[in-house]
Amino acid sequence: MNPLRYDLKIIASWIAPGSKILGLGCGEGDLLYWLKREKQVIERGIEIKESKVVKCIERGLSVLQGDINEEIEDYPDMAFDYAICSQTLQQVYEPATLIRSMLRVAEMGVVSFPNFGHVKIRLKLMTSGCAPVTKELPYSWHNTPNIRVLSLDDFKGFADQTGFRILKKAAINTNGGQGKRVTVLPNLFAGYGIFLIGKE
Amino acid sequence: MSGYPGQDPNGTTVELVEKQAFTFAQLPDKLALESGATLGPVTIAYETCGTLNKDNSNVILVLHALSGDAHMAGLYKSEKGKPENTKPGWWDTMVGPGKGIDTDRYFVICSNILGSCMGSTGPASIDPETGKEYAANFPMITIKDMVKAQKALMDHLGIKKILSVIGGSVGGMQVLEWCVQYPSMVVSAVPLATTCRHSALAIAFNEVARQSIMADPNWNNGAYYGKKKPDMGLAIARMIGHITYLSDESMRLKFGRKLQNKNSLSFEFGAEFQVESYLQYQGNKFIKRFDANSFLYITKAADYFDLAREYGNGSLVKAFSRCKAKFLMVSYTSDWLYPTYQSKEMVKAMKKNNLDVSFCEIDAKWGHDAFLLPDPRLDNLVTGFLRRAAHESVAI
Repeated sequence: MNPLRYDLKIIASWIAPGSKILGLGCGEGDLLYWLKREKQVIERGIEIKESKVVKCIERGLSVLQGDINEEIEDYPDMAFDYAICSQTLQQVYEPATLIRSMLRVAEMGVVSFPNFGHVKIRLKLMTSGCAPVTKELPYSWHNTPNIRVLSLDDFKGFADQTGFRILKKAAINTNGGQGKRVTVLPNLFAGYGIFLIGKE
Repeated sequence: MSGYPGQDPNGTTVELVEKQAFTFAQLPDKLALESGATLGPVTIAYETCGTLNKDNSNVILVLHALSGDAHMAGLYKSEKGKPENTKPGWWDTMVGPGKGIDTDRYFVICSNILGSCMGSTGPASIDPETGKEYAANFPMITIKDMVKAQKALMDHLGIKKILSVIGGSVGGMQVLEWCVQYPSMVVSAVPLATTCRHSALAIAFNEVARQSIMADPNWNNGAYYGKKKPDMGLAIARMIGHITYLSDESMRLKFGRKLQNKNSLSFEFGAEFQVESYLQYQGNKFIKRFDANSFLYITKAADYFDLAREYGNGSLVKAFSRCKAKFLMVSYTSDWLYPTYQSKEMVKAMKKNNLDVSFCEIDAKWGHDAFLLPDPRLDNLVTGFLRRAAHESVAI
């Protein structure tokens, strides 16, 4: 089994063994596959891309093809222990609606996203005057799927406005496999944020 | 009971299979049908591939579509024990050693449907009460009745649990019916390119096909056995069917406006366009192997099928509440007979019941027929899903 990406390792460490997981935008199912093997979770995934869905099902995961915003609506209340939205929230048209749905179908949610408040981004915008392109956010303004650019602090404010609690958080820098936690001024120096959230 | 591995003329390993038959519902214990009528005795033709394991836990039941038969894979064994020089089964690309439905792992059974003319009891069979063919006196049958007959076959074979029930189109309807009618027997299910109820569009095409048979003067209210058959009507019915199995895109790619064996229009009513010639060829091929009355009965059964009406007072969510199986649903982008929205409606109802459902809409140009064509994506989906079903059923 391939080693898990650093940010996914942190998410995996927050998941209780044997729990029921919903993976929103689960890609090729790396996290679900790892959790199923190592933590005996019961997994369900939603992924929009056909080739990735085929890969997931081929790996023995229970995954269905569709749009996460629509598909999440069909699950009964509290059908899961965790709903995980890894590196996808920044591509969602109505993030508040999605997070409310996550906390309707699951006891807790996990959300991770690239930090738009990072110092590199701030400097790039200030010095070049152009929309910043970085390792974490590698797209140009005209082709980016990331329609909701937010910082770690934005998410904290969003929690208060939307009415959910942040139970755990991790601010990290990572090149994929390796990475480290950022404890000093995370909104300025962390590339990504990962949050465990629950109802108020 | 098991199939035998052999080699086909190209040296590829194939299963050598035999057509088998099981007869039940002997008089006076006739089979009670959904319509209230009774039928007996009932014969069901079936074939098997692979070997049944010790605890009978590797059974896969393959269910065929409208005009299919029990010959899903492999070649028939000749008297010398070598493969006969015949066509391999209709799903030979999927079922076989090392294939999507791997006969090295699973014991695969394919049962012909009640009402068919491929070795099972149907309108062309002899009615023991009259000594003549049933013809139009054959009782109306439903998908539920077909599945009831398959259940009798499973009982006969001593099979109490089915690892997976798999089928496309009308075969997929039987898969769904199995999951709802015998929920504790079915561990997992793969309904492909199917629906839980025909749309008005699907019923409309079937009705035109039936009318073309019934309008053939040779049909004679179904009593044509031993006489001239309603070949023209049946051929046209099949041509209509083939239009619904293709798609706008596949017809454009396959035929476009190309002419058959000529370069210019001849201004007459012969088959000039390639698409005309193709449909006529399919129609003429079909009348050699299929019975017109069987076509009438089976299309009617497909039109009657409505899982929500049958088991949920109109609610699909309620109908699926009886199920326990894990599902792999597959639809095709260009299938306009059973479009994706119909599969998604079922997926939705399954999710509302907290059922374990995987779903994939395969991007394919070939319309409804796509599920029968070789496609590594479908192979991979089925392989992975079956392995999980086998693994998790052991864990339970």
